[in-house]
Amino acid sequence: MTNQITDTEAGTSLWKDSWLRMRKNRIAVASIIVFSITCFFCFIVAWFCKDPNQVNLANKFSGPSSEHWIGTDALGRDLFSRILYGGQVSILVGLIATTVSVTIGIIYGALAGFFGGKIDSIMMRVVDTLFSIPFLMIVIVLQAVLSEWSRETSVWIVSNLNWDKGFTDRITNVLPLFFALGLLGWLTLARIVRAQVMSLKEREFVEAATSLGLTKLTVLFRHIIPNTLGPTVVYATLSVPGFIMYEATLSYLGLGVESPNSSWGILIKEGANYLETNSQLLIFPGIIFSITLFALNFLGDGLRDALDVRASKD
Amino acid sequence: MSLLEVNNLKTYFHTRNGIVRAVDGVSFSVDKGKTIGIVGESGSGKSVSCYSLLGLLPMPPAKIEEGEAIFDRSTDLLSCGEKVLRTIRGKRIGMIFQDPMTSLNPYMRIADQIIEPLCLHMKMDKEKALKKAIHSLDEVGIPEPDNRINMYPHEFSGGMRQRVMIAMALITNPEILIADEPTTALDVTIQKQILDLIQTRQKELGTAVIFITHDLAVISEICEEVNIMYAGRIVEKTDTKSLFRTPKHAYTRSLLKSIPANQVKGEKLYTIPGLPPDTSQIIRGCAFRERNQIGDQNQCLTNSRPEFKEVEPGHWVQNCPGCLS
Repeated sequence: MTNQITDTEAGTSLWKDSWLRMRKNRIAVASIIVFSITCFFCFIVAWFCKDPNQVNLANKFSGPSSEHWIGTDALGRDLFSRILYGGQVSILVGLIATTVSVTIGIIYGALAGFFGGKIDSIMMRVVDTLFSIPFLMIVIVLQAVLSEWSRETSVWIVSNLNWDKGFTDRITNVLPLFFALGLLGWLTLARIVRAQVMSLKEREFVEAATSLGLTKLTVLFRHIIPNTLGPTVVYATLSVPGFIMYEATLSYLGLGVESPNSSWGILIKEGANYLETNSQLLIFPGIIFSITLFALNFLGDGLRDALDVRASKD
Repeated sequence: MSLLEVNNLKTYFHTRNGIVRAVDGVSFSVDKGKTIGIVGESGSGKSVSCYSLLGLLPMPPAKIEEGEAIFDRSTDLLSCGEKVLRTIRGKRIGMIFQDPMTSLNPYMRIADQIIEPLCLHMKMDKEKALKKAIHSLDEVGIPEPDNRINMYPHEFSGGMRQRVMIAMALITNPEILIADEPTTALDVTIQKQILDLIQTRQKELGTAVIFITHDLAVISEICEEVNIMYAGRIVEKTDTKSLFRTPKHAYTRSLLKSIPANQVKGEKLYTIPGLPPDTSQIIRGCAFRERNQIGDQNQCLTNSRPEFKEVEPGHWVQNCPGCLS
């Protein structure tokens, strides 16, 4: 109790309030824990596991054993470490694509909404046009263009910086995917932010800030954009699982991550081939994938409730 | 010459439904350290004329068609351009707004908002600015300012927020303070405190105040000179005493008559009938003719707009025979 009193005296920010509300939401807290554990395994434990690309044809389709905890795949590769390494790619795709799309979306939407008039019309027609083209088609084209470029980059890095070829290939292989998704994911967010900014710029505190002598851009970036962060954060959290799904879809179609690199999408695709004979190849990646998606979706829902200022502040 | 001289200001809004003549030829002046009031109904153009001075209106649709506003004998606020205006806004002319609940940024600490003008105009470093900000919060009567300054706006009450706004507007010692209905959103007990506060700070700093309101009681409390606005024009301009003692124009008299305290108990309260004219239509003749019950409606001008005339020394009024009778 005494803690709470000192809290209010020190001044609670909206973020702190949100966190307090969030903590009461059990599902959201559980989701944070689940997602953290998944990340911990994928990014830290994975380094101590077996090489996910080591082929051992003599030991293919083996069941769970002390050597291979959940068995091996069609080429005798350890499924457990393939899931963890695949998780790295999937989670990174989600996070990086979200970061890229959120950055572009906020700036684009904010500028359009703030300046309004002709600038707004032109900028929003561009968004409408991009929206009207099927998402997957653009990703496929971009992916083709960017992977050419990524191969060249890879060669350049290996010859000029003397990086390890396997490592460089693994990074440059997935980069185009990150950006292709991120470059297109901002459309919805741009619309959300634009609508927010358009209503915020009529608010009195913006007039007040202008009447203090701040420049237009300072007003926009210091006063208006922080006020749009609530909806943006929620949208961002909800779009992470969306991007993971897209990565899975693209990889499943053979357009995403290339073998021998793994991702959850690839593992599911490969597992689907052996559904009748060795179903664990589909089931294990599928379970992890679903759990992560669930966690992120619940987290997004929790954030939406927590950041809602109209909710009671008890 | 006065500190601020506004001559024949015309601000029109070019909307889809035609041109709205929100401010249609307004002139007034403010002397150093004095307080003038601008009174009128909603939509009479009182806020728009002050927003025009500081360039706070969105353009388009707003456009300043004509006029000048000479500040400190040298700068025309209406034509000096955004860059020059920015050095005046918030430094030499401060402004406080109607609704203190919405005029502070909810996502920023009071500290960060209040030091903005200091860092911007005085080029102060953050520490010095904070010290000054705490001092100025103390001056507007906020208890424990060194704690309070780190709070967010939603932790303050309406009256306290208006105090913060006043502290913020006065922190750079501006020569003019524009107060746009600063007490309208507050309850009566707080209104008095805020008015007293504005007056005390004004006396201490020698600031001139332009006070926009629709509350005549507030005017009688703090203003030295009053401009009554109607349909984008000033209909009467005089010192406060003669406004209440010898109001000339029918509109002013109707306004005074509709103050509840001046009416007979038990009878129906007097209101001015009808609505202010639609300023998107060209008004021929006297704008108040339709609603004129106190004067003689039939004598009101119908063909030409009444001229603004000095009928007694210092007492100007729109010269319409129907409204003056």
